[in-house]
Amino acid sequence: MRRVHDFHGGIHPAENKHQSLQQPIRNAGIPPQLILPLSQHIGAPARPVVAVGEQVLKGQLIAEPGGHVSVPLHAPTSGMVSAIEDRPIPHPSGFPAPCIVIDCDQEDRWAPLQGVANYRDCEATELLELIRAGGIAGMGGAGFPTAVKLAGKPGRAVKTLIINGTECEPYITADDSLMRERATDIVEGIAILQHILQPQEVLLGLEDNKPEAIAALRAATAGSTIEVVTFPTKYPSGGEKQLIEILTGQQVPSGGLPGDIGIVCQNVGTAVAVRDAICHGRPLLSRITTVTGDAVEAPQNFEVLLGTPMQYLLELAGLHPERCKRLVMGGPMMGFTVTTVQAPIVKTTNCILAPTAAELPPPPPAQPCIRCGLCAEACPASLLPQQLFWFAQGKEFEKLEQHKLFDCIECGACSWVCPSHIPLVQYYRASKADILEQRREHAKSEQARQRFEARQVRLAQEEEEREAKRAARKAAAEKRAELAAQGDAEDPIQAAIERAKAKKAAQQDGQPVAASVSPEAALRQKLAKAEQRLAQSVASGEDAKIVSALEASVERLKGKLAEAESAATESGAT
Amino acid sequence: MPSWIAEYPLLAALLALVGLGAPFGALLGFAAVRFRTEGNPIADEINAILPQTQCGQCGFPGCRPYAEAIAGGEAINKCPPGGESTIQALADLLDVEAPPLDEEHGEEKVKAVAYIREDECIGCTKCIQACPVDAILGAAKQMHTVIASECTGCDLCVEPCPVDCIDMIPQPESLQTWHWQMPAQRSNNLEIIATDATPAERAA
Repeated sequence: MRRVHDFHGGIHPAENKHQSLQQPIRNAGIPPQLILPLSQHIGAPARPVVAVGEQVLKGQLIAEPGGHVSVPLHAPTSGMVSAIEDRPIPHPSGFPAPCIVIDCDQEDRWAPLQGVANYRDCEATELLELIRAGGIAGMGGAGFPTAVKLAGKPGRAVKTLIINGTECEPYITADDSLMRERATDIVEGIAILQHILQPQEVLLGLEDNKPEAIAALRAATAGSTIEVVTFPTKYPSGGEKQLIEILTGQQVPSGGLPGDIGIVCQNVGTAVAVRDAICHGRPLLSRITTVTGDAVEAPQNFEVLLGTPMQYLLELAGLHPERCKRLVMGGPMMGFTVTTVQAPIVKTTNCILAPTAAELPPPPPAQPCIRCGLCAEACPASLLPQQLFWFAQGKEFEKLEQHKLFDCIECGACSWVCPSHIPLVQYYRASKADILEQRREHAKSEQARQRFEARQVRLAQEEEEREAKRAARKAAAEKRAELAAQGDAEDPIQAAIERAKAKKAAQQDGQPVAASVSPEAALRQKLAKAEQRLAQSVASGEDAKIVSALEASVERLKGKLAEAESAATESGAT
Repeated sequence: MPSWIAEYPLLAALLALVGLGAPFGALLGFAAVRFRTEGNPIADEINAILPQTQCGQCGFPGCRPYAEAIAGGEAINKCPPGGESTIQALADLLDVEAPPLDEEHGEEKVKAVAYIREDECIGCTKCIQACPVDAILGAAKQMHTVIASECTGCDLCVEPCPVDCIDMIPQPESLQTWHWQMPAQRSNNLEIIATDATPAERAA
């Protein structure tokens, strides 16, 4: 029996998990329309590769990864792409984001799939490519692209693979029901992960409040090298760093990643998705989502297609809209309020909580901090929440960073124990965002400074070049003048006069240098212009004197033209 | 021990001190020349805090000159694009009081990006010459356009445009720029003990 460790702090909120565990996982079926946000993961949003009006098959690629840290997106069922536009997504801001909308044809026709017959014959890189192509992002909640996480840093061996079966947040039972019902799939998925990472040990950790899941997993892992480890229930033991400490006694260094100490963590849901992608070639199209809360008639777990509107799912569970004051995605501790029921289920939606007002009352007004220190006792990251609160209020970003604000996992334990009901986590989230924005702006201003300085250098250089040219010209002129004064060379002014004289002489010889136009033609042009001017002045009703002067000039030009023409005919005759 | 030391202790002390002082002084003098600091480090630090819009609203031709002026004792509240946060950072750095922004030089505005209405642009290149960060692209008699990601929102291109085809468009909050806000600061007394509220709060 492995010795389990404890982590600092933690709380024991009411679990409220039994409500949604009364029934087995139910298939939610195909809704009339699916809304698929292009960004359901951490990293660059996916890029659509289908056009509006296109027919798509189930499992067909509809958006390709937008970068290295990104995943593709597939059609969860067959139908027609009816729009690619901004739609509401489950996000605390309530801002819409680009989505691919599919009108389902209810036929559920599959695109041809190709799984790997025996993954043991494949190279790890090959399998990682398949995982990436399967659109798999961490199913535990953060949605980090799984292939990127598994690839890790090159040259760093993985000692321990930890499979996260902990579901510490109240109400949520998606992973629990998955472990109960699909333990063999999980174990198959873990075996693939084992083949990719080649760890020395594989630990599957879950709390002791899930006896059915433990029994199912023990049965499924019998005879394998996977060790199922159980430990006392405490919130937030599902946090990656907390789980690592529980199972190994090691702490992930501040600001570091589990990979730094040779550990990789994966969620049980991710393991199943990996198995589907490798063994069956089936990309990530659906997930298990808990719908619970007192405002729904039948709280339960659904296997739901990605992109299913929350409203559809809530109706299946029997929502009483009059009872539900707000809708939460995720759990009561770390979830956020969803602004509209039109928002879809995404790859990271593990729970939709529809609580009644009595179940999840609005927080009472915050009172002053009394420095009781309960928050520091509860903090699983061993931080000093009241100190952070103080600095956050004063916007002392440097001190916040010194006090390791970025090690806060935003679990909400401090807010939960606070007797003054201070929304501490909100302060930390806002401060983190402020600091990140400051960094971004600083980077931007640094870039502006570089561009400005480059421009200054360029302008100075141009000025210098001009100055150099001017100086060169001046020097040349001086040199010429000097030579002229010495009488060695011809005087430039004299030379110019000579050139002009030569030109004139040539013209007088009857060889006009640049007379390409005959004199009659020039006169004709002049005449046309004068006539035009005359017509204009007559039309606009100008002074009589001007008109008469213009008429006179036209007459004069006509006379000259006649003369020139007669001269030309004469010269032509001779 | 020579006898004159005992005879003239004052002279002996003086000689001893001068004997110590002269070499150390020479050493310090040498070090000051040998390890001279290039540029002005305080001005560099101040320059790093300034927003680098190069807008000149402070009355100096760019951020660097203003940073040098601050190092020389200029007031720190003349930078409207930086706003309160820049003043606060400068005050922290220089260990002085943070005064409110000097209204004379303009007020803090929402960050904006220049936008050229391209069908109205006549291609005069005047805005290109005005842009301090080379964020406008174009050539004579060709339509110009702003590289939005490089624009600092300094307004300097608006004035020279002969056809007024440049707009400063405030950047709206989007999904990418959104972030959690601090909880609303309410009077702690108001909701717990109504009678403790200040008259202004009671009226509200």
